[in-house]
Amino acid sequence: MKMDVIQPFINSADAVLAQGLECSTAIGSLSMEEEAYRRKGVAAMVWLTGDIEGRIIIDLDPETAVRVASKMAGAELPESDSLVRETACELANQIIGNAITALNDQGFHFRVHPPVMHMSEEGIKSSEDTEALVMCFETPIGSVFMNIALRYNRKRHADAASAGH
Amino acid sequence: MEQFAPVKRSKDGQPVRYLIVDDSVFARKNLARMVESFGGHLAGEAGDGLTAITEYDRTHPDIVLMDITMPQMEGIEAAERIVQSHPDARIVMVSSVGYQENIVAALQRGARHFVQKPVKPEVLYEVIKYVLGDDGAVATAAGAGV
Repeated sequence: MKMDVIQPFINSADAVLAQGLECSTAIGSLSMEEEAYRRKGVAAMVWLTGDIEGRIIIDLDPETAVRVASKMAGAELPESDSLVRETACELANQIIGNAITALNDQGFHFRVHPPVMHMSEEGIKSSEDTEALVMCFETPIGSVFMNIALRYNRKRHADAASAGH
Repeated sequence: MEQFAPVKRSKDGQPVRYLIVDDSVFARKNLARMVESFGGHLAGEAGDGLTAITEYDRTHPDIVLMDITMPQMEGIEAAERIVQSHPDARIVMVSSVGYQENIVAALQRGARHFVQKPVKPEVLYEVIKYVLGDDGAVATAAGAGV
Protein backbone atom coordinates (compact mmCIF):
# COMPACT_ATOMS: atom_id res chain seq x y z
CA MET A 1 0.00 0.00 0.00
CA LYS A 2 1.65 3.20 -1.15
CA MET A 3 1.34 6.51 0.58
CA ASP A 4 0.07 8.23 -2.55
CA VAL A 5 -3.00 6.01 -2.33
CA ILE A 6 -3.43 6.53 1.42
CA GLN A 7 -2.83 10.26 1.55
CA PRO A 8 -6.13 11.25 -0.13
CA PHE A 9 -8.04 9.35 2.56
CA ILE A 10 -6.15 11.17 5.31
CA ASN A 11 -6.69 14.53 3.61
CA SER A 12 -10.35 13.76 3.07
CA ALA A 13 -10.98 12.64 6.65
CA ASP A 14 -9.27 15.77 7.92
CA ALA A 15 -11.32 18.00 5.59
CA VAL A 16 -14.69 16.31 6.19
CA LEU A 17 -14.26 16.30 9.97
CA ALA A 18 -12.95 19.87 10.02
CA GLN A 19 -15.86 21.12 7.91
CA GLY A 20 -18.56 19.05 9.56
CA LEU A 21 -17.40 19.73 13.12
CA GLU A 22 -16.11 23.25 12.45
CA CYS A 23 -12.86 22.53 14.23
CA SER A 24 -9.34 21.42 13.52
CA THR A 25 -8.31 17.79 13.89
CA ALA A 26 -5.04 16.08 14.74
CA ILE A 27 -3.82 12.58 14.01
CA GLY A 28 -3.42 11.08 17.47
CA SER A 29 -1.99 7.70 16.56
CA LEU A 30 -1.01 5.80 13.47
CA SER A 31 -0.10 2.14 13.16
CA MET A 32 0.07 -0.79 10.76
CA GLU A 33 -1.98 -3.83 11.70
CA GLU A 34 -1.80 -7.33 10.35
CA GLU A 35 -4.12 -8.76 12.95
CA ALA A 36 -7.84 -9.04 12.38
CA TYR A 37 -9.64 -5.76 12.81
CA ARG A 38 -11.04 -5.21 16.28
CA ARG A 39 -13.96 -2.82 16.33
CA LYS A 40 -13.64 0.09 18.76
CA GLY A 41 -17.19 1.40 18.69
CA VAL A 42 -19.64 1.68 15.82
CA ALA A 43 -17.93 0.82 12.57
CA ALA A 44 -19.05 1.49 9.00
CA MET A 45 -17.18 -0.35 6.26
CA VAL A 46 -16.98 0.58 2.59
CA TRP A 47 -15.61 -1.75 -0.06
CA LEU A 48 -13.84 -0.50 -3.15
CA THR A 49 -13.38 -2.43 -6.36
CA GLY A 50 -11.46 -1.35 -9.41
CA ASP A 51 -7.85 -0.34 -9.94
CA ILE A 52 -7.34 -0.45 -6.18
CA GLU A 53 -9.35 -2.87 -4.08
CA GLY A 54 -10.03 -3.33 -0.42
CA ARG A 55 -11.97 -1.74 2.36
CA ILE A 56 -11.99 1.27 4.63
CA ILE A 57 -13.58 1.30 8.05
CA ILE A 58 -14.68 4.40 9.95
CA ASP A 59 -15.12 3.66 13.61
CA LEU A 60 -16.21 5.82 16.55
CA ASP A 61 -17.81 5.28 19.91
CA PRO A 62 -21.59 5.89 20.19
CA GLU A 63 -21.27 9.02 22.35
CA THR A 64 -18.91 10.60 19.85
CA ALA A 65 -21.24 9.61 17.00
CA VAL A 66 -24.15 11.46 18.64
CA ARG A 67 -22.00 14.55 19.18
CA VAL A 68 -20.80 14.40 15.55
CA ALA A 69 -24.38 13.98 14.29
CA SER A 70 -25.61 16.90 16.39
CA LYS A 71 -22.80 19.11 15.18
CA MET A 72 -23.37 18.19 11.54
CA ALA A 73 -27.13 18.69 11.88
CA GLY A 74 -26.76 21.98 13.72
CA ALA A 75 -29.09 20.77 16.48
CA GLU A 76 -28.90 18.54 19.53
CA LEU A 77 -30.05 15.06 18.53
CA PRO A 78 -31.17 12.37 20.96
CA GLU A 79 -29.04 9.23 21.07
CA SER A 80 -30.44 6.22 19.30
CA ASP A 81 -28.90 3.13 17.72
CA SER A 82 -30.06 4.19 14.28
CA LEU A 83 -28.61 7.69 14.62
CA VAL A 84 -25.27 6.25 15.72
CA ARG A 85 -25.19 3.79 12.81
CA GLU A 86 -26.26 6.43 10.31
CA THR A 87 -23.59 8.81 11.49
CA ALA A 88 -20.84 6.24 11.05
CA CYS A 89 -22.13 5.38 7.57
CA GLU A 90 -22.49 8.99 6.47
CA LEU A 91 -19.02 9.90 7.73
CA ALA A 92 -17.62 6.90 5.84
CA ASN A 93 -19.54 7.92 2.73
CA GLN A 94 -18.25 11.47 2.78
CA ILE A 95 -14.65 10.69 3.69
CA ILE A 96 -14.28 7.89 1.18
CA GLY A 97 -16.23 9.65 -1.56
CA ASN A 98 -14.02 12.72 -1.35
CA ALA A 99 -10.85 10.60 -1.33
CA ILE A 100 -12.05 8.61 -4.33
CA THR A 101 -12.73 11.86 -6.14
CA ALA A 102 -9.11 12.91 -5.64
CA LEU A 103 -7.76 9.48 -6.65
CA ASN A 104 -9.96 9.37 -9.72
CA ASP A 105 -8.52 12.68 -10.83
CA GLN A 106 -5.09 10.99 -10.58
CA GLY A 107 -6.23 8.29 -13.02
CA PHE A 108 -7.43 5.53 -10.67
CA HIS A 109 -10.86 4.12 -11.34
CA PHE A 110 -13.08 2.54 -8.72
CA ARG A 111 -16.50 1.43 -7.84
CA VAL A 112 -17.57 2.50 -4.35
CA HIS A 113 -20.06 0.22 -2.64
CA PRO A 114 -22.61 1.56 -0.15
CA PRO A 115 -21.42 1.46 3.47
CA VAL A 116 -22.33 -1.51 5.61
CA MET A 117 -22.14 -1.76 9.37
CA HIS A 118 -19.30 -3.88 10.66
CA MET A 119 -21.03 -5.59 13.53
CA SER A 120 -18.71 -8.32 14.78
CA GLU A 121 -16.24 -7.60 17.55
CA GLU A 122 -13.46 -9.00 15.44
CA GLY A 123 -13.59 -8.75 11.71
CA ILE A 124 -11.90 -9.34 8.45
CA LYS A 125 -8.25 -10.13 8.73
CA SER A 126 -5.82 -8.26 6.51
CA SER A 127 -3.72 -10.45 4.23
CA GLU A 128 0.03 -10.11 3.79
CA ASP A 129 -0.42 -7.76 0.85
CA THR A 130 -3.22 -5.72 2.38
CA GLU A 131 -2.02 -4.87 5.85
CA ALA A 132 -4.21 -2.23 7.40
CA LEU A 133 -3.22 1.29 8.30
CA VAL A 134 -5.07 2.44 11.40
CA MET A 135 -5.16 6.06 12.42
CA CYS A 136 -7.02 8.04 15.00
CA PHE A 137 -8.27 11.55 14.30
CA GLU A 138 -8.56 13.49 17.53
CA THR A 139 -11.31 16.10 17.53
CA PRO A 140 -12.65 18.28 20.37
CA ILE A 141 -15.73 16.03 20.58
CA GLY A 142 -14.04 12.66 20.45
CA SER A 143 -11.88 10.31 18.43
CA VAL A 144 -12.65 8.96 14.97
CA PHE A 145 -10.70 5.92 13.80
CA MET A 146 -9.99 5.09 10.18
CA ASN A 147 -8.73 1.68 9.14
CA ILE A 148 -7.55 1.31 5.55
CA ALA A 149 -6.67 -1.99 3.87
CA LEU A 150 -6.18 -1.53 0.12
CA ARG A 151 -4.12 -3.17 -2.57
CA TYR A 152 -3.53 -2.66 -6.25
CA ASN A 153 -5.67 -4.86 -8.44
CA ARG A 154 -2.96 -7.06 -9.98
CA LYS A 155 -5.07 -8.19 -12.93
CA ARG A 156 -5.95 -4.65 -13.89
CA HIS A 157 -2.35 -3.62 -13.34
CA ALA A 158 -1.15 -6.44 -15.62
CA ASP A 159 -3.79 -5.64 -18.24
CA ALA A 160 -2.79 -1.98 -18.23
CA ALA A 161 0.90 -2.92 -18.52
CA SER A 162 0.28 -5.28 -21.43
CA ALA A 163 -1.78 -2.60 -23.14
CA GLY A 164 1.20 -0.29 -22.85
CA HIS A 165 -0.28 2.10 -20.27
CA MET B 1 -29.01 26.34 11.21
CA GLU B 2 -28.55 29.51 9.20
CA GLN B 3 -31.75 30.91 7.71
CA PHE B 4 -31.92 32.00 4.09
CA ALA B 5 -34.33 34.28 2.26
CA PRO B 6 -37.13 31.88 1.25
CA VAL B 7 -37.14 30.66 -2.34
CA LYS B 8 -40.70 30.29 -3.59
CA ARG B 9 -42.28 29.12 -6.82
CA SER B 10 -42.79 32.11 -9.14
CA LYS B 11 -46.06 30.83 -10.55
CA ASP B 12 -48.01 30.65 -7.30
CA GLY B 13 -45.72 31.87 -4.49
CA GLN B 14 -45.90 28.45 -2.82
CA PRO B 15 -42.88 26.79 -1.21
CA VAL B 16 -40.60 24.85 -3.55
CA ARG B 17 -41.34 21.12 -3.17
CA TYR B 18 -38.40 18.74 -2.84
CA LEU B 19 -37.91 15.01 -3.25
CA ILE B 20 -34.82 13.90 -1.33
CA VAL B 21 -33.17 10.65 -2.37
CA ASP B 22 -30.36 9.17 -0.29
CA ASP B 23 -29.82 5.75 1.25
CA SER B 24 -28.72 7.43 4.48
CA VAL B 25 -31.61 8.56 6.69
CA PHE B 26 -29.18 10.90 8.42
CA ALA B 27 -28.23 12.53 5.11
CA ARG B 28 -31.90 12.84 4.13
CA LYS B 29 -32.76 14.52 7.42
CA ASN B 30 -29.85 16.93 7.09
CA LEU B 31 -30.86 17.85 3.54
CA ALA B 32 -34.48 18.21 4.63
CA ARG B 33 -33.42 20.62 7.37
CA MET B 34 -31.44 22.61 4.81
CA VAL B 35 -34.25 22.91 2.28
CA GLU B 36 -36.66 23.88 5.04
CA SER B 37 -34.22 26.65 5.99
CA PHE B 38 -34.57 27.80 2.35
CA GLY B 39 -38.35 28.00 2.81
CA GLY B 40 -38.90 24.71 0.96
CA HIS B 41 -41.30 21.87 1.62
CA LEU B 42 -40.41 18.17 1.72
CA ALA B 43 -42.67 16.44 -0.81
CA GLY B 44 -41.16 12.99 -0.41
CA GLU B 45 -38.15 10.87 0.44
CA ALA B 46 -36.59 7.76 -1.05
CA GLY B 47 -33.70 5.53 -0.01
CA ASP B 48 -32.85 4.12 -3.43
CA GLY B 49 -33.22 4.89 -7.11
CA LEU B 50 -36.17 2.62 -7.77
CA THR B 51 -38.22 4.16 -4.99
CA ALA B 52 -37.17 7.61 -6.23
CA ILE B 53 -38.86 6.94 -9.57
CA THR B 54 -42.16 5.93 -7.98
CA GLU B 55 -41.97 8.81 -5.50
CA TYR B 56 -41.36 11.25 -8.34
CA ASP B 57 -44.45 9.97 -10.17
CA ARG B 58 -46.45 10.26 -6.96
CA THR B 59 -45.29 13.67 -5.74
CA HIS B 60 -44.18 15.61 -8.86
CA PRO B 61 -41.64 17.71 -6.92
CA ASP B 62 -40.10 20.93 -8.17
CA ILE B 63 -36.58 19.69 -7.40
CA VAL B 64 -35.02 16.30 -6.72
CA LEU B 65 -31.88 16.06 -4.61
CA MET B 66 -30.36 12.71 -5.61
CA ASP B 67 -27.47 10.75 -4.11
CA ILE B 68 -25.41 8.59 -6.49
CA THR B 69 -24.19 5.54 -4.60
CA MET B 70 -27.30 3.70 -3.44
CA PRO B 71 -28.52 0.12 -3.28
CA GLN B 72 -30.89 -1.40 -5.89
CA MET B 73 -30.53 1.41 -8.40
CA GLU B 74 -27.90 4.13 -8.36
CA GLY B 75 -28.78 7.78 -8.62
CA ILE B 76 -27.53 8.47 -12.14
CA GLU B 77 -29.67 5.70 -13.62
CA ALA B 78 -32.67 6.83 -11.59
CA ALA B 79 -32.14 10.41 -12.79
CA GLU B 80 -32.02 9.24 -16.38
CA ARG B 81 -35.25 7.27 -16.03
CA ILE B 82 -37.05 10.14 -14.35
CA VAL B 83 -35.96 12.59 -17.05
CA GLN B 84 -37.02 10.16 -19.79
CA SER B 85 -40.56 10.19 -18.38
CA HIS B 86 -40.51 13.82 -17.20
CA PRO B 87 -38.20 15.91 -19.41
CA ASP B 88 -38.78 18.97 -17.23
CA ALA B 89 -37.57 17.24 -14.05
CA ARG B 90 -34.99 19.27 -12.19
CA ILE B 91 -32.54 16.85 -10.61
CA VAL B 92 -29.53 17.94 -8.60
CA MET B 93 -27.03 15.18 -7.82
CA VAL B 94 -25.71 15.35 -4.25
CA SER B 95 -22.83 12.98 -3.68
CA SER B 96 -19.49 12.66 -1.94
CA VAL B 97 -18.11 11.04 -5.11
CA GLY B 98 -17.54 14.12 -7.21
CA TYR B 99 -14.99 13.17 -9.83
CA GLN B 100 -15.31 14.60 -13.28
CA GLU B 101 -16.55 11.56 -15.16
CA ASN B 102 -19.28 11.01 -12.57
CA ILE B 103 -20.40 14.61 -12.90
CA VAL B 104 -20.32 14.47 -16.69
CA ALA B 105 -22.24 11.18 -16.72
CA ALA B 106 -24.90 12.64 -14.44
CA LEU B 107 -25.28 15.79 -16.53
CA GLN B 108 -25.36 13.83 -19.79
CA ARG B 109 -28.12 11.65 -18.42
CA GLY B 110 -30.35 14.49 -17.39
CA ALA B 111 -29.20 15.94 -14.07
CA ARG B 112 -29.16 19.74 -13.95
CA HIS B 113 -26.38 20.24 -11.43
CA PHE B 114 -24.01 18.55 -8.99
CA VAL B 115 -23.25 19.35 -5.33
CA GLN B 116 -20.49 17.56 -3.49
CA LYS B 117 -20.89 16.29 0.08
CA PRO B 118 -20.36 17.43 2.73
CA VAL B 119 -23.00 19.87 1.56
CA LYS B 120 -22.53 23.52 2.43
CA PRO B 121 -25.99 25.10 2.82
CA GLU B 122 -24.93 28.30 1.07
CA VAL B 123 -23.73 26.28 -1.95
CA LEU B 124 -26.93 24.24 -2.17
CA TYR B 125 -29.00 27.41 -1.83
CA GLU B 126 -27.26 29.03 -4.81
CA VAL B 127 -27.55 25.84 -6.88
CA ILE B 128 -31.28 25.62 -6.18
CA LYS B 129 -31.83 29.23 -7.23
CA TYR B 130 -29.82 28.57 -10.40
CA VAL B 131 -31.67 25.37 -11.26
CA LEU B 132 -35.09 26.93 -10.66
CA GLY B 133 -34.20 29.90 -12.85
CA ASP B 134 -37.25 31.99 -13.63
CA ASP B 135 -39.49 29.41 -11.97
CA GLY B 136 -38.12 30.40 -8.57
CA ALA B 137 -38.14 33.72 -6.77
CA VAL B 138 -36.42 34.85 -3.62
CA ALA B 139 -38.97 36.32 -1.26
CA THR B 140 -38.05 39.61 0.33
CA ALA B 141 -39.06 40.61 3.83
CA ALA B 142 -41.95 42.56 2.36
CA GLY B 143 -43.10 39.50 0.44
CA ALA B 144 -41.96 40.78 -2.95
CA GLY B 145 -40.91 38.16 -5.43
CA VAL B 146 -43.67 35.75 -4.54
